[in-house]
This record gives sequence, structure tokens and C-alpha cells, in this order.
Amino acid sequence: MGQNGKRVVAVTGNEAVAEAMRQINPDVCAAYPITPATDIMQRFTSFVSNGKVKTEMVLVESEHSAMSACVGASAAGGRVATATSSQGLALMWEILFIASGTRLPIVMSLVNRALSAPLNIHGDHSDGMGARDCGWIQLWSENAQESYDNMIQAFRIAEHMDIRMPAMVCLDGFIISHSIERMEYLDDETVKNFAGEFKTTNPLLDIENPVSYGPLILTDYYMEYRRAHAEVMSKVSKVVLDVAKDFEKISGRKYGLFETYRLEDAEIGLVVLNSAAGTSKDVVDEFRNRGIKAGLLKPRLYRPFPYEEIGEALKHLKAVCVLDRADAFGASYGPLFMDIASGVYPHKNGPLLINKIYGLGGRDYLPEHAETVLAELAEIAKTGKVKTLREYIGVRE
Amino acid sequence: MAEILEIRWHGRGGQGTVTAAKVFADACLSGGRYVQAFPEYGPERSGAPLRAYNRVSSGELRMHCPVLKPNIVAVVDATLLDSINVMDGAPDDALVLVNSAKDPKEIRERLKAKPSQKVFTVDATKIAVDCIGRAMPNSPMVGSLAKISGVVGLDQILEDVQKSFGKKFSQKIIDGNLEAVKRGYGEVKEG
Repeated sequence: MGQNGKRVVAVTGNEAVAEAMRQINPDVCAAYPITPATDIMQRFTSFVSNGKVKTEMVLVESEHSAMSACVGASAAGGRVATATSSQGLALMWEILFIASGTRLPIVMSLVNRALSAPLNIHGDHSDGMGARDCGWIQLWSENAQESYDNMIQAFRIAEHMDIRMPAMVCLDGFIISHSIERMEYLDDETVKNFAGEFKTTNPLLDIENPVSYGPLILTDYYMEYRRAHAEVMSKVSKVVLDVAKDFEKISGRKYGLFETYRLEDAEIGLVVLNSAAGTSKDVVDEFRNRGIKAGLLKPRLYRPFPYEEIGEALKHLKAVCVLDRADAFGASYGPLFMDIASGVYPHKNGPLLINKIYGLGGRDYLPEHAETVLAELAEIAKTGKVKTLREYIGVRE
Repeated sequence: MAEILEIRWHGRGGQGTVTAAKVFADACLSGGRYVQAFPEYGPERSGAPLRAYNRVSSGELRMHCPVLKPNIVAVVDATLLDSINVMDGAPDDALVLVNSAKDPKEIRERLKAKPSQKVFTVDATKIAVDCIGRAMPNSPMVGSLAKISGVVGLDQILEDVQKSFGKKFSQKIIDGNLEAVKRGYGEVKEG
């Protein structure tokens, strides 16, 4: 035990997520193993077997069933958590909408991995991007510490009485999930108090007050129902910031809707999610040392996407590159680019934007990639001319 | 930015190379340092060549990519010298540690190491057979690495081996590994 009961440890991202789940101690957890998320549930099920948590663990035969069981348990009135990756999330897809449409505050860690075919177990963001519009809240994490911190905060955000929506916490497969790094754990009591008692809303198991879940709503009210969902999503940003403030009090670590790094006076900037942001920050420092005003923006709350705030944060730059670790076949640009472009669009004198697709299927993102992109941005800032709007980097063509 | 020590391990599946990287990272945590330990994941096969990496720094480690310019190269299986250029990207002041019964001078020639690069050998496989009864060279390698890197003391390494092996193995195996670490620390040769 260190200061204030904090523990400094060297652990993998998966270990950190499993530890957060142990400390939260959910009522029910239903899961099916899939690389690279398997390790989270392997650790968590041993907590269950060893009596470290009181969670009812439901081992199912597929991810479709895992999410279905989570929906049932959450509607019944329990605090519910699970984890998955890639094909697992793809198989859950149908039920993801049922969880969000039914306003069930399930928390899931998504260990980002490429989608088949061809079969690939390594990290990219295709899975999370495929589920970005399914009505779930999405928090993205750079490293093991952020994965742990986001996991703890996700319960508070999802379960907030103004929200009651499911949330997923994304971290990069292998790069973070299977890499050991230094981080800090909070003590059990602090996490327990922070998460608070789970409050039920219209639980199915309250037989004195029977309720219906999953009714048929046709042309008469479906659109109002969906509009109401959008209204709830518009309140998420505020709750995320409030929860982050409380979290800072117990951890000393600051979180926002997104992170800006040396962006305030920057002329050129990178926008990038998750682990690649760390590698990029070191290169931003190198450019700063050379007198080039480079900066970085790393989205954290990706759904709902804080368009206005991100537009404000980027509007003074001359040139920005959005790095996407997922492709959007048939679309002009990667998914993150399209969101960033929407945020910047209202600003008439906003930055020139370019888009790079990188790191698919776990292809390494190296400092030299960030260097090449920043050098290109410096040139665009100088000349005002964009040569290529969108291209792939780190690929054999 | 703070100085970063970067290590690249070369081993074969089943030799405990990933565990060695993990134990080394754990031991380096002391003194408030930041550490990373991560393997390069491919198809998991016993005997297949693999790499693992460490970073150690007094400042926060933000890089999340393989080590391309290792300050230290640790070769757990010398048969890899036939098929892999373990010196790839190693800077002029790099240290190279090879598990081999051979004289470090002979290995130096084999590696075509530059005069400014330091070459070390330790017969980690023999030490492991002596101490544990199995050809698991990872513990002596960790001992030798502690010695040549100077970033962590022998006592700290022994404590962490005790901690990380303690959960899985019998006291006899743990004692064997502790002895193997000590001998690795003491028997590493420079040439």
C-alpha cells in the first residue's frame, strides 16, 4: 500500500480491467471467451470461484447469448458487466440495440480487435467503429491506467439517473490488453464508494410492481421513442464531466471529453484514438523541440461525440490529420475523420484536414509514421495546399 | 524527456522469455520508475522464435510500439544467431547478452559487434539445469541482465522472482530459480 491506499503495479490492460470489475463487484456477469478479451473473463471468473466477488457468473454458448443474458439480468434489476472483442461484438450486434433501446446500464469492456476475414486476432478499431451508432456510450482508452479508470467511471456514467444507458470501454487489443506497464490501483473501499449502491429502475423482479419490457411500438410512437434516446445522449457529456471531476478527487487524474496535448497554441495537429496517441505525443514533443508548433487531440468520449467542443478545440489550427485505425469501405474517409470533419465544418476558417488509415490488423504504428504525417502537415500549413486527402500509411502498395 | 532504457529479448516459445521480461519489469518498478514489458504475439508455438521487449524510465512511458533501437539485446537461445540478425537497430553503445557456453570474444566475432558495443555471455542453460533440473534459461538471464544493466539490484530481482514464481511453483522450484538468478548475476562474462 502506498499513499492514500493507492497501489503501484506493473500489469496488463486486461488485468487492470479485471481488477476494476472485481472492485465494482457487479451482480451479474455473462460472457463468452474471445481473444484478446478472454484474459479479462479468465481472471474475473477466478475472482468469482475464489469468492472475491459475489457476482453471479453466467457462462453462455455465444456472445449473442452473453449480451442477451446481460439484458435479462439488467432488466431484472442487477448491476451487469461483460467483456468482448471483434467477432464477439459483431455477434452481439443485434442485442446491443436492445440493451440501449431498453435503457439498460450494462458496462462492457471492448478489447479492440480486427474483424474477419481474413482471420486476425490483433488490435484495430473496426469492431468498435461498427458499433458506434448502436446507442451505447463509448469511452476510449490510451493505456492500462485509462482502461482501469474509464471502466470505473463507466458504471457511474451508465447508471446515472439522467442517463441509464449501456457503456463500452475500449482499449487496444494486445498493444494494451497484453502489455505490462506501470499503473496505479485505487483501494477497494474507494472504488466501492465511488461506484455507489446500484439503483434499480422498474426492475422485472419487483413482482409487486409488474412492468413490461420490449413492447411493440409501431408508427404511432417509435419515432418519439428514438427522439427521446437522442435527448438522453445529449445529456451524457455533462455527466461524463461531472463524474470525471469526482474521479479526480479520488485519483488525482484529470479526464475530459477528450484530451488535448500541446494544442492550445498549435498550428498543426494529429487526432488519434487509443494507444497510438501515446506514441504520437513523444513525436509531437520532438517537433516542438525543433520549433514546430505541433499538438494532438485524443477523443475519449467517442459516443455521443462532442462535435461542438472538438470543433472549438481544433478551429485555430492550420492543418490537422485524423488517423483512423479502421477503414470504412466505400465511404470517402475513415470513421473518425468523418466525425472530426463534422465538428470542424461550422468553422469557416478552420484547419485543412487530411485522413490517414493506419495500423489495421495490428500493423505497428511507429514514431516514424507520426513524423511523416507531421512533416506533411507542416508543409500544408505553409503552402495551404493539400496533395492527398486520404491515404494508407505503413502499407505495401 | 527522461532517459529510456530499451531492451529487446530474443528467445523461443517455451523458454520463459516473456516471463523473464515481466519479472525484470516488476523488479524495475522500485524507486518510482515506469516500466513496460510486452511480447510480440504471433502464432503460439513451442520452439518458434519470439521477441519480447522492456522499457524502463524515470519518466512516464507513452510509446506503444516495438523497440527498434535496443540499448540491450538479450538472446535467450543462441541457435537464433543462425537465423536472425539480433543486432538489428542496436546503437553503437548497445550491450548484448547471449546465453552461451562460449567465450564472449568468440560470440563478439560471430555477432560482428562494433568495438563500442559490449558483448556478454552466460551459460544460462547449464546454470538452469544445475539449479532447476530443466533447461529453462530465463532466470539466470534475468540475473545477468540485472548485473550488466545496473538498473536493478540483485536483492530486488530475487524478491520479484520469489513473488512471481511463488504463486505457481513449489518451494523447491522457487529456491532453484533464486539460485539460478544469483549465479546468472555472478557468472556473466564480458569480452
